[in-house]
Amino acid sequence: MRSAAAETRPLTHFRTPHLTTPVHERTSACNRNHSWVPWAGYMTAGVYDDETMEYFAVRNQAGVYDISPMVKYRISGRDAAAFVDRLQVRSVAKLKPGRVFYTVWCDGEGMVIDDGTVFRLGPDHFRICCQERMLPWLLDSAEGFDVGIEEETEAVAGLSLQGPCAFEVLKRAGLEAAGRLKPFDLADFQMGDLPVMISRTGFTGDLGYELFVEPSRALDLWDRLFEAGRLHGIRPFGNDALNLARIEAGFIMARFDFVNAEHTLRPGRSRSPYEIGLGWMVDFDKGHFNGRRALLAERDGRTSRYTFVGLDIEGNLPAESALLYVKTGVGTWAEAGHVTAAAWSPTLKRNIALASLKRPHGLTRHDTLYAEIYVMRELMWQKLMVKAHIAERPFFNHPRRRATPPGPY
Amino acid sequence: MPSFDAIVIGGGHNGLAAAALLGKAGRKVVLLEADATLGGAARTVEFHPGFRASEVAHLVTHLPVRVIDELGLARHGLDIAGPSLPSIALERSGRHLVVTAGDVGGDVAEGEAAAFHDLNRKLALFAATLKPALAKAPPRLATRDRQSALSLARLGLDIRRLGRRDMRELLRMILMNIADVLDEELTDDRLKGLVAFDATLGTHLGPMSPGSLLSYLYRLAGDVAGAPQRLILPKGGMGSVILALAGAAKAAGVLLRPGAPVERILVEGGRARGVVLEGGEKIEARLVVSAANPRQTLLDMVGARALDTDVVRRVSAIRMNGNAGRLLVALDGLPEIAGLDRDRLAARMVIAPSMRAVEEAFNPAKYGELPERPVMEMVLPSISDPSLAPAGRHVLSVTMQFVPYRLTGGWSEAAREELKARVLSEIEAHLPGIGRLVRHAELMTPADIERRCRMPGGHWHHGEMTVDQMFFLRPFQAAAQYSTPIDGLYLAGAGSHPGGNVMGLAAMNAVRTILETEGRR
Repeated sequence: MRSAAAETRPLTHFRTPHLTTPVHERTSACNRNHSWVPWAGYMTAGVYDDETMEYFAVRNQAGVYDISPMVKYRISGRDAAAFVDRLQVRSVAKLKPGRVFYTVWCDGEGMVIDDGTVFRLGPDHFRICCQERMLPWLLDSAEGFDVGIEEETEAVAGLSLQGPCAFEVLKRAGLEAAGRLKPFDLADFQMGDLPVMISRTGFTGDLGYELFVEPSRALDLWDRLFEAGRLHGIRPFGNDALNLARIEAGFIMARFDFVNAEHTLRPGRSRSPYEIGLGWMVDFDKGHFNGRRALLAERDGRTSRYTFVGLDIEGNLPAESALLYVKTGVGTWAEAGHVTAAAWSPTLKRNIALASLKRPHGLTRHDTLYAEIYVMRELMWQKLMVKAHIAERPFFNHPRRRATPPGPY
Repeated sequence: MPSFDAIVIGGGHNGLAAAALLGKAGRKVVLLEADATLGGAARTVEFHPGFRASEVAHLVTHLPVRVIDELGLARHGLDIAGPSLPSIALERSGRHLVVTAGDVGGDVAEGEAAAFHDLNRKLALFAATLKPALAKAPPRLATRDRQSALSLARLGLDIRRLGRRDMRELLRMILMNIADVLDEELTDDRLKGLVAFDATLGTHLGPMSPGSLLSYLYRLAGDVAGAPQRLILPKGGMGSVILALAGAAKAAGVLLRPGAPVERILVEGGRARGVVLEGGEKIEARLVVSAANPRQTLLDMVGARALDTDVVRRVSAIRMNGNAGRLLVALDGLPEIAGLDRDRLAARMVIAPSMRAVEEAFNPAKYGELPERPVMEMVLPSISDPSLAPAGRHVLSVTMQFVPYRLTGGWSEAAREELKARVLSEIEAHLPGIGRLVRHAELMTPADIERRCRMPGGHWHHGEMTVDQMFFLRPFQAAAQYSTPIDGLYLAGAGSHPGGNVMGLAAMNAVRTILETEGRR
């Protein structure tokens, strides 16, 4: 079922190719670069003023990222849990009310359509947060289930508060109670007169929370956080800083590290969970779910085509989009895969990357790979073959991310 | 509880054929039919005290030798020895045309008769070229499967062997509509009306709809016991074919259980384990073979929850709203009509006065409305088989085209009476005097056929026979080789390749696949 608001909106979409979020008034005031990037039909900040400062706010202070554009669906009804089990690969039996998990969902070929988080708001209430709009897929998947599906992207605004001081900021904003939240917990709180749902989740691999409010109260939430965080150096951060943080955390991103199966045009370009390092999630014991048959055949037949790995690359040149090779002899190379995301990590002082490799590469960590990096130095291109070593993910894995209650910073 | 190797769902001709073939292969089989009598859409029913007729299918057009022989149907009482019926294109003024096995006689220009002969020869050649593909499982595309490659290559070779001229002609024509073909080749409107009717019979296509030629080629590809383009009235009605099939099944050790409606198919861990009947009885088997409609089988009996969303989407999208209605008429005698003697009345009579009349009868059906002047075929089976009616009385069996499954405003009693009146008035216009002889007329709309024969949409082919739903797209790509996304569950009905008509090839192809696949395990 569609929300009534969506039905009655006049058709003026062509006048606003990108929508603004409920906190646009604040984000646009901070966006000194006028740098905007599209996200799911909304404009969000790329870099407010300085990517490095924003990144370090996430790692050393507290940063705020506007997650309102995240696509959200409300699933409710007697069969809600059974429906969520049918939709995605993990077992909902292991997701208690008040918990969140990260998951993927597949088509009938076992290829990943999207990844996202499932919030279990109650025994029969869920929120699915994801990258792509997929109401038709959800509705068609609901055939035979007593379940209501509602698009609520516009009905819920969200701010992600990330960084070691995130809890200090919440405390000063009157949300000390949120200290009991363990990673992937969620609960409703009162911030004075402002009801806010908080989950201890994020996309930075650091201590962090995501706060959800009614859109009409989003500016209020923003102001309260920034007031509370003033002494902790709170600042908004944009897409570029987020991307750096998430690479350090080893998180993958739809459209970048894999292509959503519904978007692929060429055969063989979509990926199964096993091919993007998420095979561990797939639970065959929970009954039928989309892609089960294909994934079982893939697992039992060992027909996965790719591995997904983290890489440590020698030197300090980010290997963005580099092709990866193995040496087959003197001066001969065989292509082994490609880098999907890469960055110099300022915190780790390592040159890191995420990569998709053709099997059997990446099954063991002994391969020595070479990244083909092109650098332009004063208008001259140079090609470098730089050694790359398979490394453990996450690259950045600080205990403060898990400490409950969070430590004082 | 007795245990079985295989459960066959559906006691129509395909279900019986599948059960008999599995039984002959040494499997212990139980066949479950929901209705109290076997036969599905191929039953003979007593529709009025003392009057019997084929309920839905009334002419045998597609019963190949291999089905008859492998099942030993002759031994079990199949009587299709009667002569092939000519088709008579009725004309109001009495200028009727008679078509017998591809040649036209009657009051027709000599050039036109020759043109029809040539057209029929050409189309029959195309049909014969495509025909071997009917008796095989469709190839899988995009696999390295050897059999698929060979099967596709064979089809390509057969087309190539037509020679350059006919091959080009086939490839040019295959997706054309029958109206364009007829306009190219013929001029006589009566003749064009007859062919246009035959090409669209049982489908939601008008003569001008794309692909209506293919539907005609499918008709021409039929044969009865090896003789192509035959129209056989089985003695005792279509139910006699069912009796022969049931005899073959029993002889093969099959336990036939009419009155046993399946409520759901048990699926555990992605594999079919058996069925549960309405009432709760559970029957287990390693194999479940469904000759029921694919949508019924997968969505109603297996359930969407056990299927991938992609499959649910595809199954839900199969077009299967029926388009043909039936009228069974009890007559107090035979009408006496000049120019239509008893022999002629024993033929298959078609009211489709022109191609335009067929198209115009189709138009309202697109919008869920009734045709002003329905087009139809009818037979008087009691002329050759007096056992069907009390002495001196007769049965008129009519199939009307373009009766919408979903009538705008619903199938009210008034709408039914209206349709009946329009059909009877068309018949009266062509067979004057017959109205006085009507004792009882029983109408079946597609909605009635759906209810009586448990065929969704009342579609007697279990899904439209159009190019997007044929061959390796029937019923949908992932299930085109009779297996389904549920291990151990197979489809063996008209919803699968090659499709509808009382033919049995779907069952035969399915059983061959089952024995190959399940034998290997």
